[in-house]
Amino acid sequence: MIASLASVLSPTADPDPGGARAPGTEPAADLAAGLAADLVAVAAAGDRAAFARLFAHFAPRVKAYMLKLGMPAQKAEDLAQDTLLTVWRKASLYDPARAEPASWVFTIARNLRIDALRRERHPEVSDDELLEHEDERPRADDLLDGDRRARRLRGALATLTPEQAEVVRLSFFADLAHPAIAERLDVPLGTVKSRLRLAMAKIRKALGDDDR
Amino acid sequence: MTARNAPSPTAGWTSWRTARPNHHPSDALLVAYGSGSLGEGLSLAVALHLARCPDCRATLAGVEAVGGVLLDDLPPAPLDGLTLAGTLARLDRESATATPPRPAASGRDPALPAPLRPYVPSLEGLAWQRLAPGVRRVELLPRTASGGAAQLLRIAPGTALPHHGHGGVELTLVLSGHFADELGRYGPGDLAEVDGDTRHQPIADSHRDCVCLIATDAPLRFTGLMGRLMQPFIGL
Repeated sequence: MIASLASVLSPTADPDPGGARAPGTEPAADLAAGLAADLVAVAAAGDRAAFARLFAHFAPRVKAYMLKLGMPAQKAEDLAQDTLLTVWRKASLYDPARAEPASWVFTIARNLRIDALRRERHPEVSDDELLEHEDERPRADDLLDGDRRARRLRGALATLTPEQAEVVRLSFFADLAHPAIAERLDVPLGTVKSRLRLAMAKIRKALGDDDR
Repeated sequence: MTARNAPSPTAGWTSWRTARPNHHPSDALLVAYGSGSLGEGLSLAVALHLARCPDCRATLAGVEAVGGVLLDDLPPAPLDGLTLAGTLARLDRESATATPPRPAASGRDPALPAPLRPYVPSLEGLAWQRLAPGVRRVELLPRTASGGAAQLLRIAPGTALPHHGHGGVELTLVLSGHFADELGRYGPGDLAEVDGDTRHQPIADSHRDCVCLIATDAPLRFTGLMGRLMQPFIGL
């Protein structure tokens, strides 16, 4: 934990710069736990040191995400800042039992990108709205703890075939509808969809409850 | 054409709150929704299903977790003008001029499914337009930047829509009542996902009006579809 926090604070201490960590390794899970604690500290006390660590980790990655999806550099940086401002404002909505910090930040960046690019919203069911149906929220004991979840997810992603991993990456980073992905890969649409189905089956299994 | 004095469909919508869907979006559709590559109209149909389906919410959580891993693993891009100090300064400026958070969806009609509230003021305020005998419509998203469209259709019991196929993706999400086609019977919360060469003939088959959201990814095709749909009724 201390080592991973240090690696966030100081890029030179990162044991594996460039983010090319092997899937399923300890540092990723420890890093996630540290960032989750930082989000909780921002929500609870407006902790600026915690926010500084979140900024150092996520701002350059959100910028990279925006660039990858074709945003011009200045716009990518603006959206990275907007994402981090939203992280600050909405930190109290982050629930460590439900999601990794990175997946929560990803949803914020995704929605800001859609808004900026298409002037569209991303219709969602927020946790607030599910509160209207108290019985429908997942019970805490149904959820894996964050570290186990992160390790299992990375383990499952490592088992994707190269073809499955490719359609997953294109889905997230190419902003293409599935027919366009099929065209780019020169495979039938059904193949794209079945690769995604097989990939999601592995991920669902990894994140699912053992007892079910 | 507007029929504000038509029988209220409100009563039928009460089953929404207890709906347990049997027809679900494909994994591919949930990946498109979660990755942000799906247009607004199609996303609205998926969000409405998610509101009633814990299983698909769990799959979506998996999709978003994958998004998180991909984000985490991206090589960080060097920042040019963006700094922590500048961002903190913006936070300070904003908190100095902080406006109270606007009331969430609570100001809207609670009888409406939550994802619909930004699009529709209230159930009673829906301006149903007569499209053909037995079919009324409210346009929700006439045309979005990504080319999608979404509308509510209210179909009288026993009305059969003509057989049709589609070029793009068409999602039909039932809000109240039922319809059936060659693929099955659909009730509140159920999502019918049709694309490519699929042809189907939906029939509103219960004793109540069937209210559904229909979303497509291509407005021109949709216009064409509506044209073909209504051709027999309006004699084009």
